[in-house]
Amino acid sequence: MSDLTLTTTRQRPFDPPDEIAELREQTPIHRMTYADGHLGWIVTSYAAARAILADARFSNRPELMHPLIPARMELAGDQALRVPPGFFLRMDAPEHTRYRKLLTGQFTVRRMKELEPRIAEITDSCLDAMEAAAKPVDLVQEFALPIPSLVICELLGVPYEDRAQFQEDTKVLVNLEIKAEDAMGAMTRISAYLYGLIQRKRAKPEDDLLSGLIENGELNDEELTGVAFLLLVAGHETTANMLGLGTYALLTNPAQLALMRDDPSAVENGVEELLRYLTIIHLGPVRSALADVEIEGRLIKAGESVAIHLPVANRDPSRFPDGDALDLTRPATGHLTFGHGIHQCLGQQLARAEMRIAYPALLRRFPGLRLAISPEEVPMRSDMSIYGVHRLPVTW
Amino acid sequence: MEIKADTTVCIGAGMCALTVPAIFDQSEEEGTVVVLDSTPPAELEDAVRRAVTLCPSGAISVV
Repeated sequence: MSDLTLTTTRQRPFDPPDEIAELREQTPIHRMTYADGHLGWIVTSYAAARAILADARFSNRPELMHPLIPARMELAGDQALRVPPGFFLRMDAPEHTRYRKLLTGQFTVRRMKELEPRIAEITDSCLDAMEAAAKPVDLVQEFALPIPSLVICELLGVPYEDRAQFQEDTKVLVNLEIKAEDAMGAMTRISAYLYGLIQRKRAKPEDDLLSGLIENGELNDEELTGVAFLLLVAGHETTANMLGLGTYALLTNPAQLALMRDDPSAVENGVEELLRYLTIIHLGPVRSALADVEIEGRLIKAGESVAIHLPVANRDPSRFPDGDALDLTRPATGHLTFGHGIHQCLGQQLARAEMRIAYPALLRRFPGLRLAISPEEVPMRSDMSIYGVHRLPVTW
Repeated sequence: MEIKADTTVCIGAGMCALTVPAIFDQSEEEGTVVVLDSTPPAELEDAVRRAVTLCPSGAISVV
């Protein structure tokens, strides 16, 4: 047995938990007890994390996985964790490949570049609304959430006015303390909504991604629902938390904020550095060994689960010297925030485009932007599977 | 330097096209790698090597 279990509770808001960060220098592939008693592993070095994520002998299928935290244990035995049709994130090749290939053409670097003017318009309209609102405002509600939400809704063809319910349900799904029946309810509601939307689009196609997938004819309606579910939820919770947490990080690092605001040549790499430094995926990914695999002298046996700790791996000093510091000018590419291997984030070029536009636009519109509460009062999302801030009250 | 690309393992993440747009593009249909110039000029060789390292699926290599 190992006394080590996974925690998401941090000593400082931007740094991963000390007890996990300490593992990296001692035993980067360390034994860890999972919530169901399984004796698996936790990986904290950059090299081992990258190697495992790229290795097809490690599966992402949920039925092979042991739960990391108690709330997920309730779900583990449940049929809720069987992969819904089309939910390709939790499939291995070649099933995964079939779905992913249908979508990659929609998220290329070039396609995302073409979207930039529209992302800039959406950003400006959110900033206009924020400027007109009574101060202080919650930056999450006025800026961080609506920008990616509007963009992904428009791209997929999901009516933005329907957002209240699926945003609420998405929050339930990423809550680490949620009861199994509530998670099931949220999944069922989002799926039912998207299934209905796909029926309507089949009858009356529009110029959007979901209509295009329907027209393509390769996927049935259940598969289309799974794909739409994945893209909608992933498109919401990720960039939104990067924008909220990233703004908080910049507001507490004025020199870095000034670079992002005043130096257009710093933006591209600055976004990579914020992705690395903040690594909002702080629970998993988890993989399960399909065969005995030896990595860095450790034998991981078939059937054992391996949790990759991305926030700690992304600060590995052997890859990113002085990794605990936020430095928008350091070479930050190669971070593992979008994952690595066949599941590396499909929407990463969209996320980059959104962040490259939104951070500087915010800071230029409000040069006097500052927290409206003291930094230690900012409520952190330690209770959610995607890290960030629950609220960020700001004024200017 | 000669670039080899394997579109059967490419997952269309776009890291190559992002890193060296003069050498790598992505197909319209599947988003998989398209090599624009398989023998890149010397001044781009370092960038091409960086793209090879960044590729998440091992779809590109250099010989």
